[in-house]
Amino acid sequence: MPVFEAVRLALRTIRTQKLKSFFSLVGVLIGVTFLIAVVSIVQGMNRYMVDRFANTLVGANTFEVRQRPSIQMGNTTREMWMEWLRRPRVSYGDADFVRERIATPATFAKFCQDRVSIHYGGKMAKDVDLIGTEETYFGIRNYEVVAGRAFSAQEVRAALPVLVIGDEVARRLLPGVDPLGKEVRIGGLPYRVIGVVAPQGTLFGLSLDKFAVMPFNAPGRRLICPINILDALIVQTSDPAHMQLAMAEAEAAMRSRRQLKPGQENNFHLQTAEGALGTWDKISQVLFLALPGLVAISLVVGGIVIMNIMLMAVSERTREIGIRKALGARRRDILAQFVVESATLSAAGAVMGIGLGLALAFVVKALTPLPAAVAPWSVAVGVLLGVSVGIVAGVYPASRASRLDPIVALRAE
Amino acid sequence: MSAVIRIHDLTREYRMGSERILALREVTLEIRRNEYIAIMGPSGSGKSTMMNVLGCLDTPSAGEYWLNGEEVSRLSDDALARVRNREIGFVFQTFNLLPRATALHNVELPLVYAGVRARERRERAGAALERVGLTERMHHRPNELSGGQRQRVAIARALVNQPSILLADEPTGNLDSVTSEEIMEVFAALHAAGQTVIMVTHEPDIAARAQRIVVLRDGQVESDRVGQEAAA
Repeated sequence: MPVFEAVRLALRTIRTQKLKSFFSLVGVLIGVTFLIAVVSIVQGMNRYMVDRFANTLVGANTFEVRQRPSIQMGNTTREMWMEWLRRPRVSYGDADFVRERIATPATFAKFCQDRVSIHYGGKMAKDVDLIGTEETYFGIRNYEVVAGRAFSAQEVRAALPVLVIGDEVARRLLPGVDPLGKEVRIGGLPYRVIGVVAPQGTLFGLSLDKFAVMPFNAPGRRLICPINILDALIVQTSDPAHMQLAMAEAEAAMRSRRQLKPGQENNFHLQTAEGALGTWDKISQVLFLALPGLVAISLVVGGIVIMNIMLMAVSERTREIGIRKALGARRRDILAQFVVESATLSAAGAVMGIGLGLALAFVVKALTPLPAAVAPWSVAVGVLLGVSVGIVAGVYPASRASRLDPIVALRAE
Repeated sequence: MSAVIRIHDLTREYRMGSERILALREVTLEIRRNEYIAIMGPSGSGKSTMMNVLGCLDTPSAGEYWLNGEEVSRLSDDALARVRNREIGFVFQTFNLLPRATALHNVELPLVYAGVRARERRERAGAALERVGLTERMHHRPNELSGGQRQRVAIARALVNQPSILLADEPTGNLDSVTSEEIMEVFAALHAAGQTVIMVTHEPDIAARAQRIVVLRDGQVESDRVGQEAAA
């Protein structure tokens, strides 16, 4: 009997005993649901962390020369904090020194940031991230200026009080007004709005559009950084492959500038997206390690249930087996029939599990800020596991069926 | 006429604990092509064992069994399955149809194991059902059919692979007298069309329809005679 024939027979048997079939495949269903849902969510988190979180806060093939990490996941001890605070801050001079000594093609931007309030007329936008930087910053952050323009190198050199604002600042502060050319006030100082950046969306539910960018040395600089001091020098290499090289050059330059002896710890920090993701990597690794255990347990249980159901099916259908044998079914035909039935049953459970797992992942995606991304390999693994569990669980009952004596089987009730 | 079945010194012995039971003792029998033969005998006479051996469901302990020119008494399980599939059409007292399958699918079953493709299977099963006058009930399940109709489905199934012998075990045992009559007419017609029919029964008036009656007693042939009222 061809496999196709056996699958059709199996589907018919499953259809005629819907409820029983459903209960017998619950184990496999749960196992595969787990697999798909967890993998989708972890995968989604992964992508989110890399694409949105790290690349939004640091940027692709970008690193920052800083006093201390600004993105730190995991535990920070009091000693670490104390050490970080004792470090000298990054000065304009440090930044220029490093910039001169990096031979790798790269783009640089001095960077300072703090929370401020911006006023226009009677309105006020609170908790806006005011960023003091250079004209290169827009390219590094991939900011698209949708209205007006970004500021130029000349405006940075001239330290003009111009401002490019985020989408939410424009909507809150200047609703229904063309923001371009308007004069807003930060800490009492006047700034002219010259551009608006395209909406950046949210990160874990927080807006990424509450910011304003000005030249780092513009009049209001003292609001965000002390004179001559920077939060970071941002370095973006033109080629992702040159990141390591540029970082090595930056480290060497900083060490020589700070006159650190060999063996002395760095008193500065090079922050990368990957580095910030280190802790998340550990978490996702643990999840991926625990996952096979969870899935295995439910699949083993599912397999035992299916084996039991198949043993019952064999004894219930002894007569059918006798009839089939009398009509010319060989051992291997009966064996194939029951193994395929078991595999089909289990595969049906796996398919339902995939559906349920995907549904679960999408519910999580819809109801929480957590994203979900379906990993095609997890769907394939789900189907494969389902079929394998069915085959393994079906072999013993099927071989019992195939060895029945047709005379005895025909007499069974 | 050539012999389709030749049995020589055939013995079937069972062991029940320490006891040996001889169900068949050195039986010798020859059945020719297109014979219509009834095998009779009281219970315990060995007729069920005879039926199982003739149907290749069981193998003899000693002796020879030639079916259609092939010695089948020493074949493996799978080889016997092949012989049952190609050479033997069973009709049982309890019909033995698959309850969840339609009449058509039941009749197709021997063809499935013969490796016949689906389209041809349907055609041949349809033709077999037509032969027993059940074309209109093709898509009904056994529980939607009367006893006589069920037995006709079983006969169609037995015939669908064009077997050398039609082997019927008490074919009217579960039927009323009117329906029994119908079924016996089907057998008579098949015989008239050239089919070899072997029927195991304990009812003399049913056996009387056959051309030849073999009576077993204590595992041996007690009598073997041509019936007075042999069917035409």
